Amino acid sequence: MATQTLLDVHDVRRSFPRPGGGELLVLEGVNLTLREGEIVGLLGRSGSGKSTLLRLIAGLARPQGGSLSYMGQPIEGCANGIAMVFQSFALFPWLTVLENVQLGLEALHLDPKEIRARALAAIDLIGLDGYESAYPRELSGGMRQRVGFARALVVHPNILLMDEPFSALDVLTAENLRTDFLELWKNGQLPIKGVLLVTHNIEEAVLMCDRVLLFSSNPGKVVTELKIDLPHPRNRTDVKFEDYVDQIYVEMTARRVERTRPVERPTGMGTILTHVSPNLIAGLIEAVAAKPYDGKADLPDIASDLQLEVDELFPVAEAIQMLRLGELEGGDIKLSHMGKRFAEGELNERKEIFQRALMSQVPLAAHIRRVLDERASHTAPKRRFLDELEDHMTDDAAEETLGTIVSWGRFAELFSYDDESEMLSLENPS
Amino acid sequence: MRILPPVSIEARRVLPSRWDLAAAALVLGFIVLFAEASRSVVEPLSTLTRERLSLDPINLPGYALRTALRMLLGLGASLLFTFTYATWAAKSPRAGRLLVPVLDILQSVPILGFLSITIVFFLSLAPGRILGAELAAVFVIFTSQAWNMAFSFYQSLRTVPTEMTEAGRVFGLNAWARFWRIEVPFAMPQLIWNMMVSMSGAWFFVVASEAISVGATSIALPGVGSYIAEATRESSLPSIFWAIGTMLVVILIYDQLLFRPLVAWADRFRIEAEGADEPPPAWVLTVLRRSQLMDRVAAPLHQLMQWSYQLTPRARTAPRQAHALQSRLGDGAWVVLIAMIVIYTVWRIFNFVRAEISFHDVLYAASLGFITFLRVAVLIAIASAIWTPVGIYIGLRPHLARIVQPIAQFFAAFPVNLLFPIVVLVIVTLGLLPDVWLSPLMVLGTQWYILFNVIAGASALPRELRDAADNLQVHGWLWWRKVGLPGVFPYYVTGAITASGGSWNASIVAEVVSWGKTTLRAHGLGAYIDDATIAGDYHRIVLGIAVMSFYVVVINRVFWRPLYDYAERKFKLG
Repeated sequence: MATQTLLDVHDVRRSFPRPGGGELLVLEGVNLTLREGEIVGLLGRSGSGKSTLLRLIAGLARPQGGSLSYMGQPIEGCANGIAMVFQSFALFPWLTVLENVQLGLEALHLDPKEIRARALAAIDLIGLDGYESAYPRELSGGMRQRVGFARALVVHPNILLMDEPFSALDVLTAENLRTDFLELWKNGQLPIKGVLLVTHNIEEAVLMCDRVLLFSSNPGKVVTELKIDLPHPRNRTDVKFEDYVDQIYVEMTARRVERTRPVERPTGMGTILTHVSPNLIAGLIEAVAAKPYDGKADLPDIASDLQLEVDELFPVAEAIQMLRLGELEGGDIKLSHMGKRFAEGELNERKEIFQRALMSQVPLAAHIRRVLDERASHTAPKRRFLDELEDHMTDDAAEETLGTIVSWGRFAELFSYDDESEMLSLENPS
Repeated sequence: MRILPPVSIEARRVLPSRWDLAAAALVLGFIVLFAEASRSVVEPLSTLTRERLSLDPINLPGYALRTALRMLLGLGASLLFTFTYATWAAKSPRAGRLLVPVLDILQSVPILGFLSITIVFFLSLAPGRILGAELAAVFVIFTSQAWNMAFSFYQSLRTVPTEMTEAGRVFGLNAWARFWRIEVPFAMPQLIWNMMVSMSGAWFFVVASEAISVGATSIALPGVGSYIAEATRESSLPSIFWAIGTMLVVILIYDQLLFRPLVAWADRFRIEAEGADEPPPAWVLTVLRRSQLMDRVAAPLHQLMQWSYQLTPRARTAPRQAHALQSRLGDGAWVVLIAMIVIYTVWRIFNFVRAEISFHDVLYAASLGFITFLRVAVLIAIASAIWTPVGIYIGLRPHLARIVQPIAQFFAAFPVNLLFPIVVLVIVTLGLLPDVWLSPLMVLGTQWYILFNVIAGASALPRELRDAADNLQVHGWLWWRKVGLPGVFPYYVTGAITASGGSWNASIVAEVVSWGKTTLRAHGLGAYIDDATIAGDYHRIVLGIAVMSFYVVVINRVFWRPLYDYAERKFKLG
């Protein structure tokens, strides 16, 4: 039996105007298809444009280029048959559970009797029996998201879009909801034909999806596709499951190393610095230096040790690599000589190492220090450096880069910063 | 920012408590006392300023400066009142029980009522000199600014997160230091918003505060308000436009020099970390922050404050154990004291009333009050029907909201007197009924509170909620019914409460309108008070004020407050 293509996204491009003029490219050349009977996962860091893509598919926004089609028809505005579940649940607080679920049916102008019957059936299916007349605020997070699911399912959509639906829930509740959902899906009890799941949680993607699309950022695009060939119900401790998780980790680090270090070219003024707190950097270095890793660690292992998500861990590891305190290789992180000394050192020694690393590896830090040294007042407005950075990057990126360098510079006692006057200086704040 | 309505929303009950009644008696009693004092001052100082103001626009910058300074003084006085009165009410449960209802009633008393009653008192403070009249004008401005600021501060003080107070205790901060380092900063964003609202209120009454006319006393203090009054008397249309232009400039300057820097500065005191909009750019603040001079000037002040924190001993880490017996004795003494004062004032009111006012007078004033009530109710309904959808439409479009907000704020400050020429012209030429067609003037300044509260509400609707509605294809009437209107409802109620209270106040200016020699008059309580003021009939002034306060308090109690509670309970997001 030939499976039907539910959704086809071809070469989609989306950008947003920036306040200072110009455009911020969020998605470029995005391709994906969703076929009948599939759960497809979109995996990437937050801010990589996954949610924007989902909004395009839902018809909530329009792309600037490329095409999106749903069952062969171009998507122009919100279509019947595509329903969405939101990260923050997006329930209307003034409507009861039943009224929330009925809302989508009322918009379809169905017979009141049918509306009620279908809403009650959906509530029943999703395990909300007895809560019909409750208001969302009376429910726990997990129950609220169940309402979100019921509200999406009741309109009998062909495609269910899920925008990080479990990330606002605690670990146990999220797992409970995932398995319930998968069970209904596998038993064919859900009135849907395909699911598109946006997530930044690698294990969640491996647990739920038939295919995982890895998403890169700046601009967002699909870089790799991975088929998860495991029977349901899947077991997180299964070796094959762990292999898939590892494979995705390697895939993601490999891509990132490739992107951040184009063959030994040193970082320049144009390098965008993602904001990572010095404490996180110190924390990761310490963890890698400690037993059982002794200076070299597998990223997935250390991530689960530190209870960090993938999109929290990567920028930290990258910063360590940029400062030459460590190396990233195929899913591993290995401390350099300096990194080990940093791990062993006292606070003052750490600051010194950090200072030296900044001065030698981050041209922007050296530049700021030089400007401050040269000026008689030893002060300079933040704006001065922002303007300089904006020649190389977008306004937002410049703002983030400077924020990062300020926080690093403060830690290293390389310079100080007064947020009220927005002035950088050499003095210690009084 | 969560905008709170200017009524005490803490009390949940509709029926007045003993404390409410005591408060009503006290406020009314004080007004009566003032009125009697006023009456006893023979020969009001009519010699003061008979000299006419010049309508030459060249004088306007000078007038504008004086008006602006008066408003600043009023604002300063209001702040002082806010910091003392509201703090006392919030800190001492004993005092709070009385002070909160007193504030509730004070803000229901029409502002112009205060003026007519207090003017002679202030004039007698500095006989024969302009100072007394200036004080009276500042006092009127003060009464149009102080109450909502005090309420906002009181409510902020009551909602300071306990962990912040406890942190203060742990670090041994005494009450004085806690006040300036924890409580005032916490209340600041809300207070500044209310200061801006207060400023609009002050502009609205700028004419009444400067061109004072009570009985035989007639004073025109140099200022924009008097200029407008004179232009109205002379029916000089160009002067009206000059006045509008001047007002616009002064409001803009106030915005740039005072409110923008304040808002940007107060941004750091916001508790909620997320959803913070960028504060508007404020060049003045930037200049102040960068300048060394300011640092030098501020340093001694800073030192002084630091030193003052040390003056009183460090607070004990454990809150003082109250002695039950002592406390009960104190309560008893307090109640007895209040009761005695209340009995005394009731007796004075009784005497005052018995002398001149018959039951028939009361009935008459009450029936006029009913007419004004109908006007306010109908107009608020109409304004709601117009501005709620418009506000939602604008609020969902941020670029539009940024343009409309300041314009609406300006219109809210627009003194109604400036529209008299148009209104008189239209009503006279078309032969319209003043009883109906003067009414819109009442909501002219106040309807904007509905608009900008609804705008604030609509822009606070979370994006995901709007996406969900779109995704479910909820459109048209279903959208308004299930998404738009419920979403802004709590904000709307807040705006409508402000608008309704303001409209009652405005009725005194709006029910009698004159332009040159033409005077149009509508029936209503506002016109009644206005007439009594012109005639210098203190008994009827007090009666009118009492009746109007009564209407406002009752409407707040039986309608707005329950509605607000309902909105908070059912429609609050998050």
